[in-house]
Amino acid sequence: MAGRSARRWVAAVPQQVRHLGAIFALLVAGLVGARQVLVPKTFGERGHYRAAAVDSIVAQEIGYAGHAACETCHPDIADKKGQSYHRGVACEVCHGPQAAHVLAPMDHKPPAPRERAYCPLCHGYNPSRPTGFPQIDPVLHNPVRPCISCHDPHDPTPPHPPESCAACHGEIARTKAISYHAELPCTQCHAVDRRHSVSPRQQRPSKPTTREFCGRCHAQDADSPPEIPRVDLASHGPGYVCWQCHYPHHPEAR
Amino acid sequence: MAGELPTTDEATQDSGAAPGRRAFVTACGALAVTTLLVELGTDLEAEEQAEGPERYDPREHYYGMGIDIDKCIGCGRCVEACKAENDVPRDAHSFRTWVERYVIHADGETAVDSPSGGIEGFPEPTGEAGVLRTFFVPKLCNHCANPPCVQVCPVGATFTTEDGVVLVDEEYCIGCRYCIQACPYGARFLHPTRRTAQKCTFCYHRVVRGLVPACVEVCPTGARIFGEVHRRSSPLERFRRFNEIQVLKPHLNTDPKVFYANLDGQVR
Ligand code: HEC
Ligand code: HEC
Ligand code: HEC
Ligand code: HEC
Ligand code: HEC
Ligand code: HEC
Ligand code: HEC
Ligand code: HEC
Repeated sequence: MAGRSARRWVAAVPQQVRHLGAIFALLVAGLVGARQVLVPKTFGERGHYRAAAVDSIVAQEIGYAGHAACETCHPDIADKKGQSYHRGVACEVCHGPQAAHVLAPMDHKPPAPRERAYCPLCHGYNPSRPTGFPQIDPVLHNPVRPCISCHDPHDPTPPHPPESCAACHGEIARTKAISYHAELPCTQCHAVDRRHSVSPRQQRPSKPTTREFCGRCHAQDADSPPEIPRVDLASHGPGYVCWQCHYPHHPEAR
Repeated sequence: MAGELPTTDEATQDSGAAPGRRAFVTACGALAVTTLLVELGTDLEAEEQAEGPERYDPREHYYGMGIDIDKCIGCGRCVEACKAENDVPRDAHSFRTWVERYVIHADGETAVDSPSGGIEGFPEPTGEAGVLRTFFVPKLCNHCANPPCVQVCPVGATFTTEDGVVLVDEEYCIGCRYCIQACPYGARFLHPTRRTAQKCTFCYHRVVRGLVPACVEVCPTGARIFGEVHRRSSPLERFRRFNEIQVLKPHLNTDPKVFYANLDGQVR
């Protein structure tokens, strides 16, 4: 019944329309087919892109495990570092990406930057760095020895206050070292309390105050080695203290 | 040894059977960390931890980065970490992030340089006379909310995810370089061997596991801040509240999601 009426209905449609209809159907099928083939799988699942592309990016391997991972197995170092000036410096800055070490600590030994050239990456003096960031001149700051011989990389504050005056008074020490006064220790002319190297501005060393101080070595009648040049205190530059004419750390300059 | 009180047991173990206990502790640690990495919830933000990539829902996130110019010391550790984490070619043209040095002279002239992207630090500038200001500017893809690179891609191979990260579909990229031309920030490059466009992904593979991008992980001074835009508790929003924020080339209406604090007007 239904089949016959459908056939009659089709016969009633003009032939050209039937052909057009067939072509149209073919076109639609072609388009749908082409779309099926051309549009990548997973396209449009989450947006106007291939969801699989995101998945392959997400699948990328992790290199840096993150400082939290290190802390679980190295709590002592993490604690020490956490209270030091390096608290903000993540372990893997210095030890490199260590996700592999985290998964198999014994098979992957992390390297450690022991060489002197490393620390100046952050601490070398550079005028573009923010003022206040601790910087040193890598050439002049305690040359040659590796930084870690004095600074613990996990707690870099130098553990002992400096013993040599040169650590803080480098300029004066270097000047004196090439002057006639090279052989005189700083303490010959300055009485220094031990606490000066801890809180220098609270505990100031003494400074010579009189002409007679220099006279102890340089006066005509001074009880000092004969090779020291002598002047007559009464007539030599009277009315002035000696260091108004002679820089005491480089006395030949006048 | 026999008949000793239980309290001394521990001491004996400490000296006698130390390797066993040490191995045990190590194994426990390894287990804890393996679960950590599998569970992949580490730091980032407290309330969104414990998310594996399977459970990650991009619709709940919207990422951005803050950069504090006053804190950058130009050590280039971010550049190094980016290259190591993402296997970026170690040549002088391929960077997903890099650091620029600005030297502004008294006569108003501005010199910008970035030797090897700053990966080996910066040599002291020569001809120092007359320098008015000088500082470092870390740069990366701005993950624009209105990205010109996405608009120009002829094959739709670059796109913005629901969490606001602009990514490249490596398999469909045809290497035509339109996007490289279109990026006003120079944040894209053509991979020398794969011949596809590459760029910063905000370390998407890390972020979905609750880790911060590699550059943020290694920044020693906290000059880079990663987090959610528009979530009050996120470190990024805190950073944006407490600083005067600028973006690069605002007149282009790209709507960047990399926010700079203490940015000098000279920076482009
Ligand atoms: C699963 C536990 C575990 C985790 C997590 C872990 N380590 Fe280790 N690490 C070890 C063990 C075990 C050793 C070997 C200790 C030894 O030999 O005494 C070690 C040794 C080291 C060493 C010294 C290597 C040497 O040559 O002696 C360094 C450096 C180090 N780890 C750094 C890291 C860093 C950085 C991280 C974080 C990314 C980390 N570790 C995470 C267990 C771990
Ligand atoms: C500023 C750079 C720096 C940082 C940050 C740093 N380390 Fe080290 N680490 C070093 C150096 C340098 C050595 C080698 C020390 C030596 O040989 O005396 C070292 C040695 C080690 C060692 C082996 C020797 C030891 O002291 O037991 C371990 C383990 C270690 N580091 C773990 C860590 C962990 C964990 C962190 C993060 C909490 C970390 N390091 C952060 C530079 C660093
Ligand atoms: C001989 C031991 C010694 C060596 C080697 C050494 N330092 Fe120091 N460093 C000190 C002492 C002592 C101080 C503190 C006194 C001072 O400020 O000069 C100091 C201070 C510093 C400071 C702080 C400066 C400030 O302004 O607060 C930095 C940074 C520093 N050193 C980095 C380094 C680096 C980097 C190296 C390697 C290139 C290095 N040090 C090598 C002993 C040393
Ligand atoms: C990735 C950058 C980075 C590296 C590498 C680095 N440091 Fe530091 N260092 C810092 C930061 C950040 C501070 C803290 C500065 C502050 O608080 O203002 C610091 C502080 C210091 C201080 C000052 C401590 C004080 O008491 O004032 C010393 C000394 C120091 N570091 C030595 C070293 C040494 C030695 C090395 C090499 C083993 C090293 N640093 C490697 C970033 C770094
Ligand atoms: C920790 C660093 C440090 C060390 C080590 C150090 N000084 Fe000083 N010294 C200072 C500082 C800081 C000042 C104050 C400078 C100022 O206020 O202008 C100072 C001041 C002085 C002064 C001038 C005092 C004044 O009233 O003008 C003398 C003299 C002096 N130091 C001598 C020495 C001698 C000698 C030594 C070695 C025994 C020494 N210092 C070691 C840091 C140091
Ligand atoms: C020959 C004696 C003598 C010796 C040795 C000597 N000084 Fe002095 N120093 C003086 C005198 C005198 C002054 C006072 C200068 C003045 O008031 O203008 C002085 C001043 C200073 C000052 C104050 C700042 C300045 O430059 O005027 C410092 C700091 C100082 N000395 C450090 C040192 C150190 C460090 C050494 C060792 C390397 C040293 N001195 C060795 C005689 C000496
Ligand atoms: C402990 C003894 C001593 C004291 C104190 C002393 N000097 Fe000297 N002075 C010397 C010696 C040693 C020489 C070098 C002699 C030589 O090798 O020719 C010297 C050399 C000199 C010279 C000669 C440089 C030249 O051109 O020949 C002058 C100037 C001088 N001292 C000034 C001073 C002044 C100023 C003071 C006081 C602040 C002072 N001295 C304190 C021991 C001393
Ligand atoms: C008014 C400046 C002045 C004053 C003050 C002064 N001198 Fe001189 N001093 C000189 C001059 C200039 C010379 C070099 C001329 C010369 O060789 O006669 C000199 C030379 C010297 C010499 C080297 C003499 C030689 O034979 O090489 C000594 C030592 C000396 N002074 C020590 C002192 C002492 C100690 C005092 C403090 C009591 C002092 N001077 C104060 C200006 C001064």
